[in-house]
Amino acid sequence: MPDASKTHSPSNIRLRRSDLPFFLVMGGISSSFILLIILLLAADLMFTSFAEFKAALLKPEIQAAFRLTILSCSIAAILSIWVATPLGYLLSRYRFHGRMLLDTIVDIPIVLPPLVLGLSLLILFHLPIGGWELEAWLRDSVGFPVTYRWPAVVLAQFSVACAFAVRTMRVTFDQIDPRAEEVARTLGCTRGQAFMQIALPQAWRGMIAATTIAWARALGEFGPILVFAGATRMRTEVLSTTVFLELSIGQLNAAVAVSLLMVALAVVVLLLLRVLGTGLTS
Amino acid sequence: MIELANVSIRAGDFQLSDVSFSIETGRYAVLMGRTGRGKTTVLEAICGLRKVTSGQILVHGTDVTCWPPADREIGYVPQDLALFPTLTVLQHLQFALRLRGQSKADIQNRTDELAEVLGIQHLLKRSIVGLSGGERQRVALGRALSFHPSVLLLDEPLSALDESTREEMQELLREIKRTANVTTLHVTHSTEEADALADCRIELDNGKFQML
Repeated sequence: MPDASKTHSPSNIRLRRSDLPFFLVMGGISSSFILLIILLLAADLMFTSFAEFKAALLKPEIQAAFRLTILSCSIAAILSIWVATPLGYLLSRYRFHGRMLLDTIVDIPIVLPPLVLGLSLLILFHLPIGGWELEAWLRDSVGFPVTYRWPAVVLAQFSVACAFAVRTMRVTFDQIDPRAEEVARTLGCTRGQAFMQIALPQAWRGMIAATTIAWARALGEFGPILVFAGATRMRTEVLSTTVFLELSIGQLNAAVAVSLLMVALAVVVLLLLRVLGTGLTS
Repeated sequence: MIELANVSIRAGDFQLSDVSFSIETGRYAVLMGRTGRGKTTVLEAICGLRKVTSGQILVHGTDVTCWPPADREIGYVPQDLALFPTLTVLQHLQFALRLRGQSKADIQNRTDELAEVLGIQHLLKRSIVGLSGGERQRVALGRALSFHPSVLLLDEPLSALDESTREEMQELLREIKRTANVTTLHVTHSTEEADALADCRIELDNGKFQML
């Protein structure tokens, strides 16, 4: 007879496989971050009142900044997705010499300190090359001056937003099986047709995500805009600049009100694009 | 007719050298050999998805070695099928015909005919999501046959199917062989499949191809 005490019948195994510690540890660590964000927003809300919020929003400068923000962010996001889709596809699908270098170059705007990016843009547009200067040429020959005007806002936002959009599009195409495009080519597609008819329709979700990220990045952009576009009220002022300008003249209430407006704007745009994204793909 | 003359292919660390064999027009050839010996690589080279380092690939006497896949007019059913996730079953059948700029009526006739032969009339409006293994296989086969290719390449078309579906598909392949007069190269490691379908067999062993 085998010794019953040594066998592993369910009755004599001590229950020690509780999942509770797992959830406590994981949930505890996760919630600390969520809590931080909620506390930040709650503090902002408590600092200001509805009347102050309304008063700030009625200022013509802030209304102008609001309009310019919506416009410039949208243009920057649309430009970003136009550039990021082909670039992300090339980086994802092809192995060529210098791809690593190209990959690194794309990331530079992400790691570059924002002020440095603004300064670099300013220098690029004003560097004299044998008596020729990009900004002077744009202003005098093309009739489209950039520096310290609204196009500078868009360009500064685009420089950073596009880098994030490229990352997203690259991951999107990495996750799409290239086999379908290959088979499409045996059926008579050129590479271009395979991209347009097979890869692109599968990339919808990623394109929406990339646009969202680009838009959100553009909204948060501040450093490059300040250096490259300046902070002229009613002309190159976007909401992030407004916060800075209001702070610098001691208008803390207005600064907080505009901050909350930006939070609301970001949430609305993110939700809108997310709903649009699920609607398109379902 | 498919003819490979001293073809060498490199795929990463994998190398196939001096591959030579030919399949007469209208014949159904089965290429056999153990997994990982380069059968799929050979198929990809024939349809143009993999560059060859030396040698020639001829289809009906024309040297297509350097041609892009789109110009070779070869129907290819890969092992993973690689169906198009955003298209319906009908759009799969229409895909190659649309690229060739065929008229609506011609496309309609051809897709009707294909759907009947393949037994997928009831699936035409469906997306490929949720189709069974056998149904997906039929769609991939229909897509490859739609433009009347002169050569059909099948990469282990029956390996992922259950017993009864496999028999149905074998029957379908025999029917296509009888009616479509397409030169076929079918890759498998199953002797039973070869017995059921092959006009001729090619054995790949230790990197060497042998006509049996």
